[in-house]
Amino acid sequence: MAIRKTPKLKRFLTIEVPMLAILVFTLGPYLWMFITSVSPEETLFTSGPSLLNATFENYARLFDTVGFSDNLMDSLIVAVGTVIVGLSLSVTAAYSFSRFNFKGKRVLMLQFLLINMFPLVLLILPLFVLMRMLGLLDTHVALIIANSTVAIPFSIWMMVSYINGIPRSLDEAAMTDGCTRLQALRRVVLPLCMPGIIATGIYIFITSWNEYLYALTLGGRDVRTITVAVQTLIGEYEVQWGLLTAGGIVGAMPATVLFLIVQKRLISGLTQGAVKG
Amino acid sequence: MTTATLDPDISARRSALGRRILPYAMLSPAVLVTLAIVFFPMVQTAWMSLHEYVLFRPNDFNWVGLDNFRAALADEVFWISLKHTAIWMCTTIPAQLLLGLITALLLNQDFWWRPLARALIIIPWALPSVVIALMWTWIYDSNYGVANEFLLRLGVIQQAVPWLANPDTALASIILTLTWQGFPFFAVMILAGLQSIPASYYEAASIDGASAWRQFWHITLPGIAGVMMTAVLLRMIWVANSFDVIFVMTGGGPGYSTHTLPLYAFIKARTNLDFGYGSSIAVLFTIMLMVVVVFYLRRTGKAVD
Repeated sequence: MAIRKTPKLKRFLTIEVPMLAILVFTLGPYLWMFITSVSPEETLFTSGPSLLNATFENYARLFDTVGFSDNLMDSLIVAVGTVIVGLSLSVTAAYSFSRFNFKGKRVLMLQFLLINMFPLVLLILPLFVLMRMLGLLDTHVALIIANSTVAIPFSIWMMVSYINGIPRSLDEAAMTDGCTRLQALRRVVLPLCMPGIIATGIYIFITSWNEYLYALTLGGRDVRTITVAVQTLIGEYEVQWGLLTAGGIVGAMPATVLFLIVQKRLISGLTQGAVKG
Repeated sequence: MTTATLDPDISARRSALGRRILPYAMLSPAVLVTLAIVFFPMVQTAWMSLHEYVLFRPNDFNWVGLDNFRAALADEVFWISLKHTAIWMCTTIPAQLLLGLITALLLNQDFWWRPLARALIIIPWALPSVVIALMWTWIYDSNYGVANEFLLRLGVIQQAVPWLANPDTALASIILTLTWQGFPFFAVMILAGLQSIPASYYEAASIDGASAWRQFWHITLPGIAGVMMTAVLLRMIWVANSFDVIFVMTGGGPGYSTHTLPLYAFIKARTNLDFGYGSSIAVLFTIMLMVVVVFYLRRTGKAVD
């Protein structure tokens, strides 16, 4: 560190100022949306959005007249369902990948990587036809299944690296003491990789919460998630930007907050594979 | 396993069988779900693309062979969409990469609020694409949008521009939005790559008197080349998928000025209910994407070796 000591002012100008500019570019739109959402509707188009006499009337309208709470509930049900289905499938699969050597392991791992390669538009059309045949259109189940497949590949990838971090000798010790494989998994491995499971769960939650195209195609009148609701708002309340941006803030809030909580762990899980590979 | 030698013969054989089956048993739920929801629909799309299938005439499912594909190649909108897809991918990804690289290099320096900057930079990545589309539509708004006000004050433009309603600026406006959405991903990936370069390399280089630029060129860039290539690959697939932002912002318009291939396929199926034709466009797009990906992997594979 002592080798490259640059004067303070130069560092400030070459590092902190550009960084600040990039951060303003990154966060500016989000902050602008927030400021718009708390500006009173009457003054929005005369004096522009401002934080002076901020009001939450747009948010109140969102829940009272537009009925956003139903949409939040739908999104919550779908996201929690996806977390349960996605986690249970990917944790067992990841354990299997991490602990066993078996025929076809490479092919199966490759299969999970390949899933992400196919454009969503290729899958959406037949899924609509399929769900219609099964009578699952406009139900939570359809969205939970569809969202799980979007989340599973990456969740397996993350979980494999977490489980690999737990020494095999621990499961073997538990099995020598009389546990079966599954008991060893439940009593030893799962508690130890709880932080990883939580991070993966939150990842799945965010993916599902933010998902739009499946929700639009497979949802309907009964099941309308928050993302579809926000898009419908754009059509219905075309120029009422105070209301629209309030909808945007509410729609983005849960995912953003959860993301900030686990972002360090999530990012290390995300980048690990890429850096090593 | 020590237990196998202690146990009687039969139970040893049973546990050996169990050991062989268990990995498959644990994998099968995940595999079955993905087979049902990914691979089966994929095959079905290919099958539908060979048929005339319009959803409001559900009983007509006529084999038409390659007619849909022939129609697509003769369809002017198909070529317009293909051109936009090419422009869109060839500008968005390099822009994201460049901005991400700069951001990562800055985030790798020492300054007192670095942890905060690292936490905040990634926020766009966690936002729902619908919300991203909504806030950028508001920013681009022709009457009250902040983009116009900002540029008017700076004197860059003389009068307000309807960014999304003007065919000449709509695509560029969307590309800026997508760049904004995607560059934090590059920044985070590249930052992880930067952190894996041992500090001793730089120390040795500066003892040898290498300038900052030469250090960047000979140590930093080779050190992050692998990560950048993976990131570009992942991003290509991602960007190819992300027509939802365009769908919400302009719906492909005005006219066809922001149509891309995946969006065109989706619109064909969704608004025209023409699932046969939509499927054939989706298939064509997937094949093209695969060709690009394979070509890219070959080239970069050679470059890295």
